[in-house]
Amino acid sequence: MELVEAIILSVLAASTPLLLAATGELVTERSGVLNLGVEGMMIVGAACGFGAAWLSGSIIFGAFCGVVAGILMSLIFALMALGLAVNQVATGLALTILGIGLSGLIGAGFVGERITPAPHLYIPGLTDIPLAGRILFGEDAFVYLSIALVVGVWWFLYRTRAGLILRACGDNHVSAHALGYPVLRIRLYAVMFGGACAGLAGAYLPLAYTPFFIPGMTAGRGWIALALTVFASWRPARLVVGAYLFGAVTILQLHAQGAGIGIPSQFMSSLPYLATIIVLVLLSRARTGGSTAPAALGTVFVPDR
Amino acid sequence: MLATTSAAQHTDATPLLQTIGLTKRYGSFLANDKIDLDIRPQEIHALLGENGAGKSTLVKMIYGLIQPSEGDIRWQGRTIVLSGPSDARAHGIGMVFQHFSLFDNLTVAENVALGLDGKEPFKDMSARLEQVSRTYGLPLDPRREVWQLSVGERQRIEIVRALMQNPQFLILDEPTAVLTPQEADQLFVVLDRLRAEGRAILYISHKLEEVKRLCDTATILRGGRKVETCNPKAETAASLARMMVGGEIMEVKAAASRQITLPRLLVNDLSLAPDDPHGVRLEHISFELRGGEILGIAGVAGNGQDELFAALSGERPAKDPGTIVIDGQAAGHLSITRRRKLGAAFIPEERLGHGTAPRMRLSENALLTGHAIGNMVLHGFVNTAATLKTVDRTTETFDVRKAKRDPEAASLSGGNLQKFIVGREILRDPVVLVVNQPTWGVDAGAAAVIRQALLDLAARGAAVLVTSQDLDELAEIADRIAVMFHGRLSAPVPTAETSRERLGLLMGGSSIEAPEAPHAARA
Repeated sequence: MELVEAIILSVLAASTPLLLAATGELVTERSGVLNLGVEGMMIVGAACGFGAAWLSGSIIFGAFCGVVAGILMSLIFALMALGLAVNQVATGLALTILGIGLSGLIGAGFVGERITPAPHLYIPGLTDIPLAGRILFGEDAFVYLSIALVVGVWWFLYRTRAGLILRACGDNHVSAHALGYPVLRIRLYAVMFGGACAGLAGAYLPLAYTPFFIPGMTAGRGWIALALTVFASWRPARLVVGAYLFGAVTILQLHAQGAGIGIPSQFMSSLPYLATIIVLVLLSRARTGGSTAPAALGTVFVPDR
Repeated sequence: MLATTSAAQHTDATPLLQTIGLTKRYGSFLANDKIDLDIRPQEIHALLGENGAGKSTLVKMIYGLIQPSEGDIRWQGRTIVLSGPSDARAHGIGMVFQHFSLFDNLTVAENVALGLDGKEPFKDMSARLEQVSRTYGLPLDPRREVWQLSVGERQRIEIVRALMQNPQFLILDEPTAVLTPQEADQLFVVLDRLRAEGRAILYISHKLEEVKRLCDTATILRGGRKVETCNPKAETAASLARMMVGGEIMEVKAAASRQITLPRLLVNDLSLAPDDPHGVRLEHISFELRGGEILGIAGVAGNGQDELFAALSGERPAKDPGTIVIDGQAAGHLSITRRRKLGAAFIPEERLGHGTAPRMRLSENALLTGHAIGNMVLHGFVNTAATLKTVDRTTETFDVRKAKRDPEAASLSGGNLQKFIVGREILRDPVVLVVNQPTWGVDAGAAAVIRQALLDLAARGAAVLVTSQDLDELAEIADRIAVMFHGRLSAPVPTAETSRERLGLLMGGSSIEAPEAPHAARA
């Protein structure tokens, strides 16, 4: 029982940064913008978040600074890709390279320092329920926040007019413009939201997952978040499935390796990727017809005047 | 609802919408030069002009999409400034776009909601949508996604969306371009009803007969200027065309007698699944095309014409070589280049990006389809002199107007580029020419040159297959006409023995049966 509980807790912790970053990217891509700079925004969010938390001693302030850093990074992307109509793929890749360098610079002074990680919820009685108690009522605030965020994004996209307009911009920006919607402004907000989520996801790592900062600590999670967005066919519910599945297989294969199963470790390490791809491909095959990707994804829009 | 008053009272009334000296400048280019327009209530006002005459610019200003450089727009006598389409909609100006402004992956109701101001809850809006679409006889299911709908249904969404705002003035940009004759007739009933309700309509169209039948007034634009305002019912189609072009249009003449020779292009029971999920499956297509003959394929866009073109040109080879026979050779499996070597030539619908590489020079574009035969490539090297000579010959023979000897393809106007593309293929003297929408979006002068060239090519013994949505064009040049619907092709009928009504019914899908497979043994 102890082991199962420990595994589930570590699965949730491993999945949360993926879910946060992918939720932000989902909103960005739904508006028609492909920002490949998630990894860069995350790592800068991690460095700034940790630095702020270490200096101030406040996890909340650290998380806030991670979000702000993510937004600032996304604004660089927005200036290039939306303002100057530069190729989005190239801009996003450049943003990642910039982010990795910048985070090394920002974080150089904090490497080796430790902080007290984000506290876990404790409700007397509820949290003490065996097994379910700690899993449901004993997480850190980020875990609850990530779930609230993805539910909120689902509600926003499918139940509000603003969400409908955002999806419309991603489907056909020429039509959206012809109907009088400010396509570039809507995309700017979507890119900033994506940046905020990536920054928070990055900050989660040193603030709650491991209570210290090392350069490159995002370790490709930004790319996985990007892949999850695609394989989830841009739907929030599938994103949850994908993120938790990826987290679960990652943790399980680690335990399996630890238990000494006679399968090469390289193969085991590739399992999370394989399992996630297979399940999400099967899910998206179930949809009949229609295109799943936002039709205007990655295309440059310059309004005529 | 508006009070219905008699038409007579309105003739002296203040115009509903007036433009005074409306001008739009792009740099030194005058897209619209001091245009005065009066539109009265209960009037269907036609706006005529060639491509590039400035019709789109004018209506975009009236709908608030672009801002005028000079001049006023007056609404019910008062000057208004439209900072965006929502301003225009708030005044009661609605617009139905030529290139639909729809979102394929959203539902009908969501598409309509995006065109409204959003003050009404979604549920009420959906209910009103069903009510409006029933009232005007434009049936729609609000829950379906747009990509599943036919072109006619898509246009219904646009019209219903505009009507839901209860506009007093509605702009329609070439609404019948994509409709079957019967669908167009249904649209005219709706427009008559809107007029009877006291609304005004600005109607942009190329189809002059339609304008004569429907419109009360016509304003003609040419080169960004207003040429004339007249009563179209008092004019002839020819006199309207003269005003649009500013001169006589060359008359297309078929050769007195043509030799119908051997079959040059045979298609035997061609079936092909589409590449992309929204494509059309070709089903048992068979026809025979002889030298000296022009076969026309009519049909509403999106019924498999593009897929058929891809199969014939070799962009999408078929598995069975025997399904396509070019000049006696089984060619179904061959590549584009191999088919060109058999003497076939292909002209796709899309000029920029398919027919030519937009950023490459004309000589390079000549090479792209001409490399297979002739002397353009010698020992693996490009013979620049030969490619330039092709450009010069094409320019001379087809009167291609361009700024310099060898400009980029994208710098030519639509009509001139199309003349270049058609000329490039015809000067190779193909035995089979497959052409998709030869005069789409081309001015009347260039269209006449192109049609004449196709007739002349057939007179020299080539087999010509023309796919077009323009029935008048097919009636003018084709010897036989077949109709494409949902990936099936009706049996070709001699042009003289068919009628617009019959073709219209076939285009709407009635009574196309699968032609019997020539080889019963083939499963």
